[in-house]
Amino acid sequence: MTPESSAILSSDTAEGTTRRDFLIVSASVFAAIGGAAAMWPLLDSMNPAADTVALSTTEVDLAPIALGQRITVIWRGKPVFVVHRTPEQIETAEKDNNASLPDPATDQSRVERPAWLIIIGICTHLGCIPQGQSPTGARGDYGGWFCSCHGSQYDISGRIRRGPAPRNLEVPPYKFQTDTRVLIG
Amino acid sequence: MAQHDSTYKPGSRLEHWMDERLPIMRMMHGQFVDFPTPRNLNYLWTFGGILSFCLAVQIVTGIVLAMHYIPTADMAFDSVERIRRDVNYGWLIRNVHAVGASMFFFAVYIHIARGLYYGSYKAPREVLWILGVLLFLLMMATGFLGYTLPWGQMSFWGVTVITNLFSSLDAIVPGLGTKIVTWLWGGFSVSSVTLNRFFSLHYLLPFVIAGVVVLHIWALHVVGQNNPTGLDIKTKADSVPMAPYAVMKDLFGLGVFVLLFAWFVFFAPDYLGHADNYVPANPLVTPPHIVPEWYFLPFYAILRAIPSKLGGVVAMFSAIVVLVFIPWLDTSRVRSARYRPLYKWFLWFFFFSVLALGYLGGKPAEGVYVAWAQFFTAYYFAFFLLIMPIVGVMETPSAMPRSIAESVLGGSGQPAGATSAPEKR
Repeated sequence: MTPESSAILSSDTAEGTTRRDFLIVSASVFAAIGGAAAMWPLLDSMNPAADTVALSTTEVDLAPIALGQRITVIWRGKPVFVVHRTPEQIETAEKDNNASLPDPATDQSRVERPAWLIIIGICTHLGCIPQGQSPTGARGDYGGWFCSCHGSQYDISGRIRRGPAPRNLEVPPYKFQTDTRVLIG
Repeated sequence: MAQHDSTYKPGSRLEHWMDERLPIMRMMHGQFVDFPTPRNLNYLWTFGGILSFCLAVQIVTGIVLAMHYIPTADMAFDSVERIRRDVNYGWLIRNVHAVGASMFFFAVYIHIARGLYYGSYKAPREVLWILGVLLFLLMMATGFLGYTLPWGQMSFWGVTVITNLFSSLDAIVPGLGTKIVTWLWGGFSVSSVTLNRFFSLHYLLPFVIAGVVVLHIWALHVVGQNNPTGLDIKTKADSVPMAPYAVMKDLFGLGVFVLLFAWFVFFAPDYLGHADNYVPANPLVTPPHIVPEWYFLPFYAILRAIPSKLGGVVAMFSAIVVLVFIPWLDTSRVRSARYRPLYKWFLWFFFFSVLALGYLGGKPAEGVYVAWAQFFTAYYFAFFLLIMPIVGVMETPSAMPRSIAESVLGGSGQPAGATSAPEKR
């Protein structure tokens, strides 16, 4: 063994050990962080793409919707129920503010203008679309919507009244641009 | 070489329990930690690991791309553009996948050249080599299928030309070639149907490659690695454990390779592609000058060098198939070209010929380009069919070290100073 190589060996076993450990640990940590960072673009690519996000608002013209009529529009691929409520329906909904509600909420807190109920038409139980939009569909005992998947019943404010669903039908963000035009999203 | 005693020692009770039921840790330790590696491997031996990395990158990015890609003639081009513009990091993933294909071929050509130069195809590594040729063919098929998917002009006309190669069989059995081409297309022209099946196969083949890679590595670990001297490992002094020596060297080589890879991805992602592929496929207009991806150019040049339809196709496929037979075509008993003074020059000229064919494959098939392509095609085949058998018999190999250790450490087999050189006999 030459003097040089034995010198290298001795430095490895003496103070060189800590130096090598430091290099190995720091290089490994660096590689691990880099590897994890490289995973992020792959995972993030599965999030909604820019064109999907761009579809995040829907404009609805309210003028053609007759009193008492219910229509369904699509916002972010989900059905949104737009209901032109009659004065009787508004009265019923407000009267039920004090009824026993699984997810208590006043009707006033769920609408911007009482004549227009705008809710996401997806049952809060497991995601089915409740019946009741068409005049012939089942509307349950509370005159709102009936989810035939597991029997959840909603009232005319979209509040859960009976059945397995835990929460009221969700109210999407929206604002009235004019009296007859609403922007959802 | 592979039949060494593994130093695996199960540490915990769980490792003991596992070791008696599925000794996978023992196998991995024996094959990838204390596996005896020739101590003189140079950086050309890091390309096996680099290629495994390339395959993994292509599979991972490909799976994600397939989540966004739509394999129909109407949507394919737009969906790729959507990936590049709208999908989060889609530009990065697409660039890594597209550049990755080029890097994969770049690495495999170096890997193959390494095998040719150091005689890695010779006994006892024939099966290892043939599996490698099979992998190369599978890679070419996968690369070709993948290039069709963006459904640009080059994609479309590449498919048209390459699938039409099979119509040359009409020269043997009238109608057979046309029948096969119609079957490949699933119609009477390249269409959405063709694209859909190509996408299916493009997704399948990488996993076939991964399977053959396992066999390739298995075969490697049965006979052990070749090395720059071409000598076998004879004593313990000839080898070092794979970890950390070869592993660290592989990782460093991979790091340098990834730098080059990243440079293309971030600074020149389209440099290795062709501008015409950003024109959506048009079945009614062929671009004036169509070329395959750069990694197919040498074989494309061979195809065009032969002035007969069937002959060109046969020559092109033969250019790859001939590789299967070189373990028996090369008659020299010396593996490494390092000790073959005459053969070495023929081999370097062969490498030059392949590069020249690559250059000519990218030029129009006319005039002097065709003549040169014919010359280099002739040399390509002459190298394997004439030079390999004849030079192997007539040449006198130069002096070789007695062992791998001696080639590294000098005559005594002991560590020596920087001035030492392999002993001359």
